[in-house]
Amino acid sequence: MSTSARGGVLVYAEHENGVIHPVSFELLGKGREIADRLGVELWSVLLGYRVRKQARELVYYGADKVFLYDHPSLETFDVVRYKHVLVELARETKPLVFLVGATPLGRSLAPRVAAALNTGLTADCIDLQVDKDGELVQIRPAFTGNILAHIKTRSRPVMATVRYRVMKAPRRDTSRRGVIVEKQPGEALETGLRFLGKISARRVNLADADVIVAGGRGLKRKEDLKMLEELASLLGGVLGVSRPLVDEGWISKDYQVGFSGNTVKPRLYVACGISGSPQHLAGMRGSDVIVAINIDPSAPIFRVADYGVVGDLYEVVPKLIEALKRIKGGSVDG
Amino acid sequence: MRFDIETGRVDRSSAPAETNPFDLNALETAVRLKEKLGGRVTVISMGPPQAESSLRDALARGADRAILLTDKRFAGADTLATSYTLATAIRKLGKFDLIVCGEKTVDGDTGQVGPEVAEHLGIPHVAYVCEVREVSEDRILVVSDMGDKYLFEVTLPALITVTKDINTPRIPTLRDVLKARRAKVEVWDADSLAGYGETCRFGLQGSMTLVTKITIPSEEGRRGLIFRGEDAVERLIEALRREGFIP
Repeated sequence: MSTSARGGVLVYAEHENGVIHPVSFELLGKGREIADRLGVELWSVLLGYRVRKQARELVYYGADKVFLYDHPSLETFDVVRYKHVLVELARETKPLVFLVGATPLGRSLAPRVAAALNTGLTADCIDLQVDKDGELVQIRPAFTGNILAHIKTRSRPVMATVRYRVMKAPRRDTSRRGVIVEKQPGEALETGLRFLGKISARRVNLADADVIVAGGRGLKRKEDLKMLEELASLLGGVLGVSRPLVDEGWISKDYQVGFSGNTVKPRLYVACGISGSPQHLAGMRGSDVIVAINIDPSAPIFRVADYGVVGDLYEVVPKLIEALKRIKGGSVDG
Repeated sequence: MRFDIETGRVDRSSAPAETNPFDLNALETAVRLKEKLGGRVTVISMGPPQAESSLRDALARGADRAILLTDKRFAGADTLATSYTLATAIRKLGKFDLIVCGEKTVDGDTGQVGPEVAEHLGIPHVAYVCEVREVSEDRILVVSDMGDKYLFEVTLPALITVTKDINTPRIPTLRDVLKARRAKVEVWDADSLAGYGETCRFGLQGSMTLVTKITIPSEEGRRGLIFRGEDAVERLIEALRREGFIP
């Protein structure tokens, strides 16, 4: 059977000012796997203005075909206009599966597309599998991550938003060949939305951090966050916090790790004075190496830790800082 | 709240009818707009009969009218069927200027219902609104917090979903609570929506997603080395060096 006769697996390529969001590459990796299992093509769709060059990147990351809508009317994100384009494309090409990153943009856009297509949408998936009947099983945490729900969709396309940093991006392969299909968006109708510009940038991007040193309820004063910040910078990382410290008003939500904050997946996560509520664990359990420092040996955080120190963070952290400084100093001296 | 491990269905009959905290921010947004500009606030919710107490609470917090969508035929709805049912009820209500939704629910946490309602009604929406800057007769100026913050102007009628940061919901006074106790919560069933949408798109019948299985997440092979006592920090440093995090 010819593969082109059947609808492919479609991945929405998100970008800001021409920089592709890494979640799109992760989705291409997973999408490739699914497409191969189903014996169909992997497609991607890119909307924007002067983004032609980026279409090629999507091929390098695994797309067989890229639908490119390069048009001035698509330069800034307009959820209604973008929705129109995607709905039209889905009606024309009939993808079996349509994946979107569970970023704020994706979580705003995907539901509109799904509602317009009258199809099911599963939010915030952490895994996608093809079962023995060739059906896509979408796995997402529910009830603050205490359980995982396995979900199937009876309409087509099967739509899902997928969390950033839960899947591995494939290696960029410039020898890959694919087709870029240039498409024209329909007439730019008035949508009622006017984008007036970015007014502030977030202070920190935890989702992209390689090393995070996070503080929780074990901290006694707001000022003590500085100590964790120092440890973070010695390890080449950034500061994070658990929710109680945000609720206390000590620091902005940009720094919050957990179910209602950022999902993070650093190479190293150091939890200081964090007991490890299910909500917190849901946001950091994907870290490569987890270190826990806590005075309470029965704290749940130790159950997910690779390395733990049972002790008062006010003794342990200063010692760590001192030791790291010594090591750094030593390497400078040669 | 209970969930059934076998069927994967949520049984909300055991749940205390507590208002989703994100929805309190939505209500507060609407009531503040009313206080400034006039108009009326209608609250609408779909759920089991005991959700009436949440709606009564909303009346105590400044809503003028409350409608509960409750019917066995609404049950088992995914976000698509839920949003369709809500949109159908809103169509029945008639003309409106602004729909305000909470960012997400505490249990499902999909954040999908708001944008889906907007699509069913064919109106623009802005998600993650953390500030309403200006409102005029026919448009609203809002800040959307998508990590970075963006300014949008939206033509009314429109829908916004608001974050927890937008305001601090008021605590109703005892007088308001007592007054709300006597107020009427209108109850609408599937039949009462019949002329405004297709009833086959409600509930389980209108749902396209199905939970087929529920599993408990497992803790995948962590080393679990716990250090105590005098040399704990040294041993941690040693471990971090082995892992390549320090030279």
